Amino acid sequence: MTGTVKNAFGTFARTTSGPVYLVLVVVFVICFTVVTIDGGTFLSVDNVREMLVNSVALGIVAAGQTLVILGASLDLSVAYVISLSSLIGAETMDGENSRMMLGIGAVLLFGLGVGLVNGLIITKLRVNAFIATLGVGLVIRGYIEANYAGPAGRTGDDFRKLGFESWGPIPLSVILLALVVAGVWFLLRYTGFGNRLYAVGGDEQVAKLSGVRTHRVIITAHVLCALAAALTGLFLASRLGAGSPLVGQEATYDLQSIAAVVLGGTYLLGGRGGVLGTIAGVFILAMLDNTFDQLEVNSFAKDVARGLIIIAAVAAYSVRWSKRRRRQEIAAEGGLPPGGEPAVAGGGVAR
Amino acid sequence: MSTQPAPVPEPPAEAGRSPSDLLRTAFGVLKSIPIVWLLLIVMFVWIANADANFLTPSGFLLYLKRAAPLAILAIGAYFVLASGEFDLSVGSLVTVVVVVAARLSDGDPSNTVPVLLVLFAIGLAVGLFNGFCTTILRVPSFIVTLAMLLMLSGAVFLWTGGAPRGALADNFRSIGRDGVEGVPWIDQIPYSVILLVAFAGTAMWLARGGFGRRVLAVGDNDRAAALSGIAVHRVRIATFVISAMSAVLAGIILGGFAGVTAQVGIGLEFEAITAAVLGGTLLGGGRGSVNGAIGGALVLTALFMLLNLYAVDRALEQTFTGIIIVAAVAFTAFRERAG
Repeated sequence: MTGTVKNAFGTFARTTSGPVYLVLVVVFVICFTVVTIDGGTFLSVDNVREMLVNSVALGIVAAGQTLVILGASLDLSVAYVISLSSLIGAETMDGENSRMMLGIGAVLLFGLGVGLVNGLIITKLRVNAFIATLGVGLVIRGYIEANYAGPAGRTGDDFRKLGFESWGPIPLSVILLALVVAGVWFLLRYTGFGNRLYAVGGDEQVAKLSGVRTHRVIITAHVLCALAAALTGLFLASRLGAGSPLVGQEATYDLQSIAAVVLGGTYLLGGRGGVLGTIAGVFILAMLDNTFDQLEVNSFAKDVARGLIIIAAVAAYSVRWSKRRRRQEIAAEGGLPPGGEPAVAGGGVAR
Repeated sequence: MSTQPAPVPEPPAEAGRSPSDLLRTAFGVLKSIPIVWLLLIVMFVWIANADANFLTPSGFLLYLKRAAPLAILAIGAYFVLASGEFDLSVGSLVTVVVVVAARLSDGDPSNTVPVLLVLFAIGLAVGLFNGFCTTILRVPSFIVTLAMLLMLSGAVFLWTGGAPRGALADNFRSIGRDGVEGVPWIDQIPYSVILLVAFAGTAMWLARGGFGRRVLAVGDNDRAAALSGIAVHRVRIATFVISAMSAVLAGIILGGFAGVTAQVGIGLEFEAITAAVLGGTLLGGGRGSVNGAIGGALVLTALFMLLNLYAVDRALEQTFTGIIIVAAVAFTAFRERAG
């Protein structure tokens, strides 16, 4: 009985998102202790709800970013996609409830377009994803700055409910995040697209030789990522009640989402990791933010601390992972009996 | 370097010299030139057409002066990228250099030498930290230098209390602003251009020697490099130090250009990487050249100048830059496949 539990735990800890949950627990304990000693409350319903709502925007973009990074790609245009999505949504809705669906449709169409452009440039024109999405981001940024000086448009009252109403004790926005994460998780775990994405991210050449249409997979991943960014823009528009030309860049969602994905144990070069790790990474960042706010830490000191913690956490599992890999290599070369290391550890894929 | 043009096949002698052969030869030569230099020629012709002053010695030196900081950063970016890593922290390091210099120097010329020493010490520390975390701690350099970006900008504003304070001494500013006067025919050679030439010369010398070859070997396949006896960690740490030093140098020059603002370094890391990639550096490592990176920086600066000349809206400038970068890299990829 205990053996089974121990085994299950061992398997979990060996997956890429295993360690990140250990880090999540450690960070939780530290934050809880520090805030409680300071005289604040960390685990009250209100505070937990606040942390969850604060995770929604980053969580949705990071879920999308997980898909492209798993495919050994990258999307640096998300911050600008978010800003322009909030503007398109709010301007289309124009303060009227009847135009809500129209606004949502326009924004999703925009996301679809950007994702297609990103994916096509990367696959058909063979431009490195870093340069391609940076370039597309610059194009969108230029458009935003040339046309908008400040907040524009207005969301209808119905649409604002997404940002502020709750379903029972659970905020609607948190349900939205849960749906997105569940959707991505399902895609990765149970669909052919998910399998192909891991294959392409692991080794594009091998995937191609085994008959995977690699271009389609990468384009799909980019479309889904841009759609996630567009959805984040919609959510932020609903929170703000208007579109904002700076909302994406100010929070540096491009770099933060990549940091969250890697913090969540997904391998930056693709092929290994999963969305559950990413969401844990997002929660870690949200808990830290909340703790710093409660302790009234200077916002600049916050940046310094966040940077150090990201490096420390990723270092912790990188070193672990490379040790394990070395053990496996020794085992594979016949240096050690492989009995201690189950074969499944070779993939170590958590989805 | 591997980006150097492949030898152009000579047309067979018995075919004679018909116009179509000449054309084919000319086309072959054109195809063998790295795209960054073709782009640069196009830009130069275009700018000279719009602004006659550009082709005078002083006009051209003014352009080189403007290009110097980005070219220096692009050289630094080349080494890191060629070894297979990223450095996203250079932009914020430039900001740190300018803000720290202003606070420490406080307008007093006698402080300049110690301030410069402090700045290079900061650069050394940042480069070593980036290299250490990437190699020994095995954190992806994208994440290390991203965290470094956060930490540097956080730390410098924590120290100055939110906004830059102090002022740069006149002799500090003159590094970016002035030059050697009274040179016959060209009047003035800006110090920044001299610094660029010195830095570029050193970098090319490094790149041509054993170090440069080790960098490319590590970037191409670090495992193979390690097995053939290269100290991979040491090579990568060195590239991060070079990159950080290039940021310090660029920051010192930019301080003279623009004065003390917190915005001075924003986005420079992406511009430097773009310049290196335009110049044929492969993201992921193993290929590229210092002179290509410099060419990329010259193209980007020429592009900014051109957009300025045509009074293009600053915002749309970014749109154009984005399109041109993607198009140039796409064209390079296309030509490689065709050739």
